[in-house]
Amino acid sequence: MDNLLSIVTFLPLVAAVILAVFLRGEDAAAQLNAKRLALAATSFTFVISLAILVQFDPNDTGFQLVEESEWLFGLTYKVGVDGISVLFVLLTTFLMPITIASCWGVTHRVKEYMIAMLVLETLMIGVFVALDMVLFYLFFEAGLIPMFLIIGIWGGKDRIYAAFKFFLYTFLGSVLMLVAMIAMYVDAGTTDIPTLLNHQFDAGPMSIMGWQIAGGMQTLLWLAFFASFAVKMPMWPVHTWLPDAHVQAPTAGSVVLAAILLKMGGYGFLRFSLPMFPVGSDIMAPLVLWLSVIAIVYTSLVAMVQEDMKKLIAYSSVAHMGFVTMGIFAANQQGVDGAIFQMISHGFISGALFLCVGVIYDRMHTRDIDAYGGLVVRMPAYAAVFMLFTMANVGLPGTSGFVGEFLTLIGVFQVNTWVGVFAATGVILSAAYALWLYRRVVFGDLIKESLKSITDMDRRERAIFAPLIVMTLLLGVYPSLVTDMIGPSVEALVSHYDTALANHVPDTHVAATH
Amino acid sequence: MIGSDLAILIPEIVLALFAMGALLGAVYTSKDGLAPALTWGTAILFVVMAFYIGVTGTGTREAFGGMFVDDAFARFAKVTILLSAAAVLLIGLDRMARSDILRFEYPILVTLAVIGMMMMVSAGDLMALYMGLELQSLALYVVASLRRDSVRSTEAGLKYFILGALSSGLLLYGASLVYGYAGTTLFSGIIETATAGEMPVGLLIGLVFVMAGLAFKVSAVPFHMWTPDVYEGAPTPITALFATAPKVAAMALFARVVHDAFGGAVGDWQQIVAFLAVVSMFLGAIAAIGQTDIKRLMAYSSISHMGFALMGLASGTQQGVEAMLIYMAIYVTMNIGTFAFILSMEKDGRPVTEISALSSFASREGTKALALLVLMFSLAGVPPLVGFFGKYAVLWAAVEAGMAWLAIAGVIASVIGAYYYLRIVYLMYFGEDREGLDGRMGVLQYAGLMVMAALIALAWLPGINLLGLEGMAAAAAETLVR
Repeated sequence: MDNLLSIVTFLPLVAAVILAVFLRGEDAAAQLNAKRLALAATSFTFVISLAILVQFDPNDTGFQLVEESEWLFGLTYKVGVDGISVLFVLLTTFLMPITIASCWGVTHRVKEYMIAMLVLETLMIGVFVALDMVLFYLFFEAGLIPMFLIIGIWGGKDRIYAAFKFFLYTFLGSVLMLVAMIAMYVDAGTTDIPTLLNHQFDAGPMSIMGWQIAGGMQTLLWLAFFASFAVKMPMWPVHTWLPDAHVQAPTAGSVVLAAILLKMGGYGFLRFSLPMFPVGSDIMAPLVLWLSVIAIVYTSLVAMVQEDMKKLIAYSSVAHMGFVTMGIFAANQQGVDGAIFQMISHGFISGALFLCVGVIYDRMHTRDIDAYGGLVVRMPAYAAVFMLFTMANVGLPGTSGFVGEFLTLIGVFQVNTWVGVFAATGVILSAAYALWLYRRVVFGDLIKESLKSITDMDRRERAIFAPLIVMTLLLGVYPSLVTDMIGPSVEALVSHYDTALANHVPDTHVAATH
Repeated sequence: MIGSDLAILIPEIVLALFAMGALLGAVYTSKDGLAPALTWGTAILFVVMAFYIGVTGTGTREAFGGMFVDDAFARFAKVTILLSAAAVLLIGLDRMARSDILRFEYPILVTLAVIGMMMMVSAGDLMALYMGLELQSLALYVVASLRRDSVRSTEAGLKYFILGALSSGLLLYGASLVYGYAGTTLFSGIIETATAGEMPVGLLIGLVFVMAGLAFKVSAVPFHMWTPDVYEGAPTPITALFATAPKVAAMALFARVVHDAFGGAVGDWQQIVAFLAVVSMFLGAIAAIGQTDIKRLMAYSSISHMGFALMGLASGTQQGVEAMLIYMAIYVTMNIGTFAFILSMEKDGRPVTEISALSSFASREGTKALALLVLMFSLAGVPPLVGFFGKYAVLWAAVEAGMAWLAIAGVIASVIGAYYYLRIVYLMYFGEDREGLDGRMGVLQYAGLMVMAALIALAWLPGINLLGLEGMAAAAAETLVR
């Protein structure tokens, strides 16, 4: 199969078109058909995507399964994967069937919902496989459209405010990236990512209107990309769209948002910022590290006082993404390994946590923590599942959450001890808010009248959680599954970064003597 | 050789003869009864002529001593003009008939306007330019006030006429200065004076006046004031016409003047065009936010889009002209689709143009709403829709020409502009449920909306590659910028 990646990328889109064109009516039968088709398409995509795993050779640090063909404006349609992106593709294809299954209960405009989800899957996979800068941008930005609709149509009470905030925040962030991309094209003469990875952008100091800019063009390009990725990530202080979007999004929307969309920012840092602008990254790394620490500590504290379960988990996502940015800009093997691991593991854990909220929200139609209590009495299976993912979120050893946090902390400790120390307190804080949430919702006496008749998870819900539980525990006890896949590519990335920095020093010297 | 000169003008001559013949024929027979057939006939003739020009045209040919130029650039513009005018005639047919304004003069006047536009894009001389421009404008003044018994429509026509006459005056004054200092009205003669050493101040002032007149025709800020009123007042099918073909013609003429007559003096006009581009983009984006009438909104949207097209022109390079042509072709496609929808907006048999009438439209008409959603996101420039590639092309040209500041201004304006396109989507999809539009949609409008939306949604895919638009625009730009 020469077109394996294209097939995996566009298969969901084909299913979406079939749904849009051929499926008529809004009755129960049509709705069920839409759901079945979407589930079948996403499952099939996952099965095919396993072939990527089979064909992928982790020891080859270059791009694999590359496809290339002519496109517009001198751009090429070029896709491929390396150790850094391959697992994100699989994470996406793995989570999508689960997401679709989780929205079996949706009855409002089901057809459009399924179309939006399928289109979103294509766009998300596209981001991770694109090897042309503009193609990447195209997929990266286009995800806004289905997400805007998912939040706006199927979201909660203040959904319109949240949808607009989500759209305009991220749109503003990424148009600057587009200008930077064009500037890169003018400088390097290509939009081909593999070529750009080996292109040296000018890093000599530069002066704009009297301001000395160390790192010159690299720093400016880095900042433009940062504007986009930091919003997507989201990093403190541009994270405020996330809690709004999460609270208002339907369960499946939250799962996709937390589990996959947030990873695009981290992936962008790894694909563009770090290897293409090493000098810019080096100059700005302290800023990122401290912003990450603030994110970890501050949003953990904010999470503690939330009344709304989804908001709490959303803030905890921001804190966990803080570990990711910290690991990336520690720029050593452990840090970057840990960051990727943390992103993968957070995909499973946060997805599962939002699904946990979804389970009781479907029954009680409220996300207020105060409305619950003592659920363990009526819902023992649910309590067990929720317990596992709460622990994973805290970073209990034996779950995948532990490995990522631990690796990023090791990584950052070598670079900046104080950042490492402060970030480590975040682990304690996350235990505080997560366990407190668990205590308030699950334990205690079942005194609320409305909860007396609540039922435990049904078979569909159990089936949804099963693969997530397996992955969380498997990666927790056998993390080499991930690190073996990403290791060689990360090693190449880090050594490329170190070499570029080492070569840079004489450059500035020459520039200074002129 | 008059015979070979005329051979170059075959499409224009055919159209002119057709207009005369149709006028005589209709006057002496059943008059307005002939209008539907005549409209169809005109549209078909436009399409045939577009194919004729596209297929048979080769190389660069000049007629009447260089006053009329037929090159790849003119052909690109003419094909775009003819196809968009044909599309607009057809999508407006149903509405014209039901509003009882489908007179036989309508297709004939449109034909005359189109001849004027074809003349404009082929002009190689200031007099040919003015002739084309006036033929186009006079025909359009009349169609703007086609609904004689409506105050709004006659007001729109009158406003358009007075301000149009003013701009023609500016342009003529500039042309006379240019003639005075260059000693010729031929573009090929003007460029010699313009590039030979220091440009005479009189020539420069002439250029500024000519550009002001042209900026009026493309409705660039600060010469845009007529646009919202005329768009709102004119009958919607006419508005659809204003938003498409004349814009292409005026933009192409703009490019022709600055490159053919002042091509060597890029530095002298670049700043003016860049200024027009920036203020148009921002004013269009900001002023549209408060609009409640979709036709006014589209007027501001077109001002903003003209700003983007001018950005391509401001880069002063071949790539810039190519980007501008691509942008205009995409812009026209999006506008035809959007106006096909606007033409179908009605309630209780009466046309509606309030944006609020779209509230919760998606829950009743899912497919149409989806098509409009595609067009709106494309107008906003969100990838992967085709509108994004238009923006990408002009931004690319600007950055490549060393005008990164212009590109950054452009992206900021596009974020502001995204808001009001999103608002339409928001109303359709998230708006509260209430009595909204109930009109059926004509077959032609439906086809127009769906075809354009499908093009916009899918033409970027690798393998389709915008149907070869890029190559054609590149060839066109190559003949203009040497």
